[in-house]
Amino acid sequence: MSDVYIAGIDMLKFGRFPEKSVPDLGAEAALLALKDAGLTIQDMEALYCGNLVQAGAMVGQRILQQIGQTGIPVTNSANACATGATAFRGGWMSIKAGVYDAVLIVGVEQLGKAGLLGGGGGGGGIPKEGLLGSQLMPAVFAEAGMEHTRKYGTTFEQFAQISVKNHEHSTKNPKSMYQKETPLEMVMNAEMIAYPNTKLMCSVNVDGAAAAVLVSEKKAREIGMGRAVKVSASVLTSDPFTERDLVMPDINTCTRQAAAKAYEMAGLGAEDLDLVELHDCFATAEVLHYENLGLCGDGEAGKLIDERQTWHGGRIPVNVSGGLLSKGHPLGATGVANMYEISTHLRGEAGARQVEGAKVGMTHVIGLGSACGVHILEKTA
Amino acid sequence: MFARMHAPAPLPVEPTRKVSIMAEEAAAQGPRPVVSYLKLPDGGDPYLEGQKCGGCGAIFLGERGTCSSCGASDRLEPTRLSNQGELYVYSIVHRSFPGIEVPYVSAIVDLDGGGTVKGNLIDVEPEPEKIRMGMPVEVVYKVAPRKDAEGNEYMTYYFKPRS
Ligand SMILES: [Zn+2]
Repeated sequence: MSDVYIAGIDMLKFGRFPEKSVPDLGAEAALLALKDAGLTIQDMEALYCGNLVQAGAMVGQRILQQIGQTGIPVTNSANACATGATAFRGGWMSIKAGVYDAVLIVGVEQLGKAGLLGGGGGGGGIPKEGLLGSQLMPAVFAEAGMEHTRKYGTTFEQFAQISVKNHEHSTKNPKSMYQKETPLEMVMNAEMIAYPNTKLMCSVNVDGAAAAVLVSEKKAREIGMGRAVKVSASVLTSDPFTERDLVMPDINTCTRQAAAKAYEMAGLGAEDLDLVELHDCFATAEVLHYENLGLCGDGEAGKLIDERQTWHGGRIPVNVSGGLLSKGHPLGATGVANMYEISTHLRGEAGARQVEGAKVGMTHVIGLGSACGVHILEKTA
Repeated sequence: MFARMHAPAPLPVEPTRKVSIMAEEAAAQGPRPVVSYLKLPDGGDPYLEGQKCGGCGAIFLGERGTCSSCGASDRLEPTRLSNQGELYVYSIVHRSFPGIEVPYVSAIVDLDGGGTVKGNLIDVEPEPEKIRMGMPVEVVYKVAPRKDAEGNEYMTYYFKPRS
């Protein structure tokens, strides 16, 4: 089976684009990725498109209607916050299987200011929100964080530090929605949404798009390996049955299983990673994933935060892009934008936020319901 | 201010009360269960019902044909869940849909003998210092402060601290 390489990848600066459509945003990102690869739509043999909110609206085809209707197969995928990673993995599998030598991946989302929350009630009768607890995402992820507090004594302040870090990181990322530092007091004193998550500990609701060109080894050699990034592992899991999963979504087990498979596939371990972009949809979530991805032992996430090991310049920088907390979280685009961030560091093109000497990076996304995507990317040259 | 994701969207408009003959009949029958797993036996006390798998012992809420833990079919039997348990984890919700009173404590409770249920924790100050994970709680049943579009009442459950 051929190795798979990222030949081109790019993203739009996340923000709000009410004057544009979903295909507009996707097409823009697709053209940037093709340009980055030095290829054209005529070179692409398939398109894998991820979008959540317009999942039934043939977004991939509408992108091709803007950038070239070459008649290639289009697969539109939706998988909650793992939508982009799922599209990416579809393309990866097609090359792994030897079906294609070059495919285009697009992840795109337009959220406006509305917000995705779930927990609208449903099922007839009376609304259940606030009567039978909360199904709102800030509370669901707060409860997941409180499980860590229960086990290990993790504090509100430690959760808040995640937000301080990611906002600080974003000041060096021109493609981040926000580029503004938020000191600890500011994070802790921001409006409480669902304890322990304050408003500044919830990810930013934005529009965005990111795209990638994936190629086989043969194609990579043909066009030049110079800036190619190797996809060393691509894994997707769903949530296996665990004791409380149906009442309290278990974001840990599926992440742990995905990470274990990814390390095995890449023949690497957590100690080999130079940076990680993980799914900080809420500050509480990032803490859990330090342990889930094996960046530290169980119960050591608090220590990792206290010792600033996941800050830029620390032992294992996490979310140097600013993360979903500051860069923004356009659901379907998130899982491809993470790949852009890692690839940019592996290529040594990350400018002021460059993680020096980065050779291996990991991306992680998780969508409630649940779907977890983990990828490991490696520098080639 | 930063605009944040997951800002609550408006709840469906508060229903207008339409008292029909059907609704009057329903009212005469007493409140309905808020969820299918809350049982209101004639002349008996309300209780929560789980579906227990005879294959692996997993307990689910609500009717189902197959166990998602072990895959066994037709081995799920109704089982009466305990009204006592302990608080596993919680969150204190300060921002919700318009029209929903905040703050409230969203709680996940492990019931004695099996079964995990989510609900509001009441009779406790909504402050982290006042809520202890692992504390004993009991399930209490009350008529919900909300009615449906036809004016029907619902019986719901809450958790409250147990001494
Ligand atoms: Zn079973």
